[in-house]
Amino acid sequence: MKARVFVTLKPAVLDPQGKAIQTALNGLGFDEALSVRQGKVIDLELAGDDAAAAEKSVGAMCEKLLANTIIEDYRIEIL
Amino acid sequence: MKSAVIVFPGSNCDRDMQVALREVAGKEPHMVWHGDSQMPEVDVIAIPGGFSYGDYLRCGAMAANSPIMREVVAKANQGTAVLGVCNGFQVLTECGLLPGALMRNASLKFVCREVNLTVEDNTTAFTFNYSKNKPIRVSVAHGDGNFFAEQATLEKIEGEGQVAFRYCNAQGELVDTANPNGSMNAIAGIFNEKRNVLGMMPHPERHADPATGGNDGRLLFESLMGALS
Repeated sequence: MKARVFVTLKPAVLDPQGKAIQTALNGLGFDEALSVRQGKVIDLELAGDDAAAAEKSVGAMCEKLLANTIIEDYRIEIL
Repeated sequence: MKSAVIVFPGSNCDRDMQVALREVAGKEPHMVWHGDSQMPEVDVIAIPGGFSYGDYLRCGAMAANSPIMREVVAKANQGTAVLGVCNGFQVLTECGLLPGALMRNASLKFVCREVNLTVEDNTTAFTFNYSKNKPIRVSVAHGDGNFFAEQATLEKIEGEGQVAFRYCNAQGELVDTANPNGSMNAIAGIFNEKRNVLGMMPHPERHADPATGGNDGRLLFESLMGALS
């Protein structure tokens, strides 16, 4: 079973890297890029075939290690 | 004063910390490897600067989950003094001993320069040799020192007087140009509620000898020596 985790900064947290990317996009002529926020994707391969159990387990991984919930949100996709 | 310095793969200020502690305490610190699960009996544990585990995932995140950190957390909860500098501060927030988080510098640039700090509380074991009215001068060298906390947490830190140091100018004034990384409220270091854990981005161990930049950092180690010996 595979899972994909998206980790992004919380909306209230400033994202200077996203801002720098937006500035670079605007510099390339993509004036329509009004705001950019960046994050990371973590792909996991999991033992077992119970999707609900996998989601619970990956949720625990996010809380404990994969995300810092003070500054980051996470979203889990079971693939 | 008996001390220990935690060494992670990627620590690079562990030897400087070792020298500062040795010079002030007159005793050789224990250098404790991250994979160890036994902590010697010591009065102070120092978590040094560097790039533990290559800053993988987030700065300090992997180190915070290493075997020795379980021991550090247990000792801190029993009242042992714990000092985290730079990457050590990041580790202390990641393992939950200190509130908040250290984010990428607002400038996105690695900042390596001397800064001035206000001493917000000179009644703790870490700071009683400092004066509240005289800024101290030490170095910062980091890419992720931008202190962030949610509003409620920030209010609690401020309300409980947990701010240890703030970035200021040479006159001790809190001005934006003195803040090297965009930290909220110019916070450079914080205590836990019990004041036995201190995390700070600037490096006191780099200013523990006049030959290498001054003595303002040495006073922190001498405070510990006075409080813990």
